[in-house]
Amino acid sequence: MWLDRLWQGVIDTFLMVGVSSLIALILGIPLAVVLVTSGKGGIFEAPNVNRVLGAFVNIFRSVPFLILMVALIPFTRLIVGTTYGVWAAVVPLTIASTPFFARIAEVSLREVDHGLIEAAQAMGCRRWHIVWHVLLPESLPGIVGGFTITIVTMINSSAMAGAIGAGGLGDIAYRYGYQRFDTQVMLTVIVLLVILVAVIQLGGDRLALRLNKR
Amino acid sequence: MTASAQRALALEAATPHAAEQADLHPEKHRAHVRFINLCKVYEGPQGPVPALQGIDLDIQRGEVFGIIGRSGAGKSSLIRTINRLEKPSSGRVLIDQVDIGDFNEDTLVELRRRIGMIFQHFNLMSAKTVWQNVELPLKVAGVPKAQRQRKVAELLELVGLEGKHKAYPAQLSGGQKQRVGIARALVHDPAILLCDEATSALDPETTQSILGLLREINQRLGLTIILITHEMAVIREICDRVVVLEKGEVVEQGPVWQVFGNPQHEVSKTLLAPLQHALPEDVQARLQPHPFEHHASVVLDLQFTGSDGKEPDLSALFSAFGGRVSLLHGGVERIQGRALGHLLLAVSHSPLSAEELLSRARKHAQHAEVLGYVA
Repeated sequence: MWLDRLWQGVIDTFLMVGVSSLIALILGIPLAVVLVTSGKGGIFEAPNVNRVLGAFVNIFRSVPFLILMVALIPFTRLIVGTTYGVWAAVVPLTIASTPFFARIAEVSLREVDHGLIEAAQAMGCRRWHIVWHVLLPESLPGIVGGFTITIVTMINSSAMAGAIGAGGLGDIAYRYGYQRFDTQVMLTVIVLLVILVAVIQLGGDRLALRLNKR
Repeated sequence: MTASAQRALALEAATPHAAEQADLHPEKHRAHVRFINLCKVYEGPQGPVPALQGIDLDIQRGEVFGIIGRSGAGKSSLIRTINRLEKPSSGRVLIDQVDIGDFNEDTLVELRRRIGMIFQHFNLMSAKTVWQNVELPLKVAGVPKAQRQRKVAELLELVGLEGKHKAYPAQLSGGQKQRVGIARALVHDPAILLCDEATSALDPETTQSILGLLREINQRLGLTIILITHEMAVIREICDRVVVLEKGEVVEQGPVWQVFGNPQHEVSKTLLAPLQHALPEDVQARLQPHPFEHHASVVLDLQFTGSDGKEPDLSALFSAFGGRVSLLHGGVERIQGRALGHLLLAVSHSPLSAEELLSRARKHAQHAEVLGYVA
């Protein structure tokens, strides 16, 4: 009986984290590219865009997830029509993790040797060629590593979301472990989370290593 | 305003332009790359820093042109104005008589495909294989795949990397990386190749092989090569003409044999010093500025610039001295087919005075001076 619930919790966690991380990936990389290339000396230099975007990212990154989640409740209701369940959790998770991931990806993009950009310009690359053929491929191992960290952080946050009614493993641990003192469920959830995080971290590290040709 | 004043004004305004148009200097009009009063100023934290000051140069089609100077002399800025990686503050850059000053992204991309560039640190894409690195310029230019494959294979063969198609740059040696860089730079059949300290990160042997490759490319493809370096040896090896840059200004220029044989500016002399024959240290230590005894040997420094097109005639030189001549140090180098000699001699038991020796030496050598006296 509680095994069924546990299984449902695993699926819910996967859904929450999977959907949110996918959206964070799709939005975060362009955001990171804009942050890097619009900066001083960047290939799409635009200091005002850079400042506004940077401030925006910093604001979202500095609000603790629990508070952000509560503050976003009206917005979440507007988007998904409810503030309860997996899909309601996706909204704050995505909004919290996109700037987080964008900052990590930004660091990797920034580490691309300026000489490579110069070489690309010298060979007749247009600016978007430089993004596509130089910046992204060269920083891919770092971006993969950063994405792994983002997913792990998101699993962390999803448990918090679970506590206020999002479902998933966090919800189960909270209801059975905290409210009913069911140690067995609590421990099972912990073990499952540890395994989940370990598998993701290992997979991410492996992939980053394989992509790194340096 | 009077009519004559107006005419004078109009004439004044037209003069620089007219002077460029008039065929007073036909070689300038054939120049492949031409700099006209080029200046570059950087905004530093302590105000503007001039990097290039009024550079006027003409680089001819098919020549190997060297730009040498100490670090910070403005070499990098200068070479980068040719493909506009660096935007000049004022002045003009003409390539094939076309001013590239107001090129937009489209025309710049076209221009850069006609100008290859190689770098000190190679700047290869680490995530791409050798093949993909060389293919990249063609790919972004939208060249069809079949044509790309033919061209990449041809260039990798030219630089001698047939077996390394699938290797990543990290698996290559420095020399091999630079060969990939050269292949990548040539993939659009450019008319100009810019070399930014292309051999400075390589060991002497690899430097030789890369310079050999560049010379071969220059001769086979008729490419104009413009290179910057801080090593005189590189200039000696492959350049036809050289300019010496110091603090953003041209301080000396000419055919390599001339600058080597008879450097005029302090900077050129300093840069040449490592290649030159100096007095052995023990002799230097014993050297006296004045004759201290009757039989002291006179130490002479003779230089042969090869300007008369002949090799130094030693027997004539020695018999003119009429004494015992010992060789302290010296050598002859051939640069662009001319013999550049430098001899350090000690003359003793000669009936002639130092002044007399000097004047006789000057009949044979282009430069001669008395360094001092030793026992």
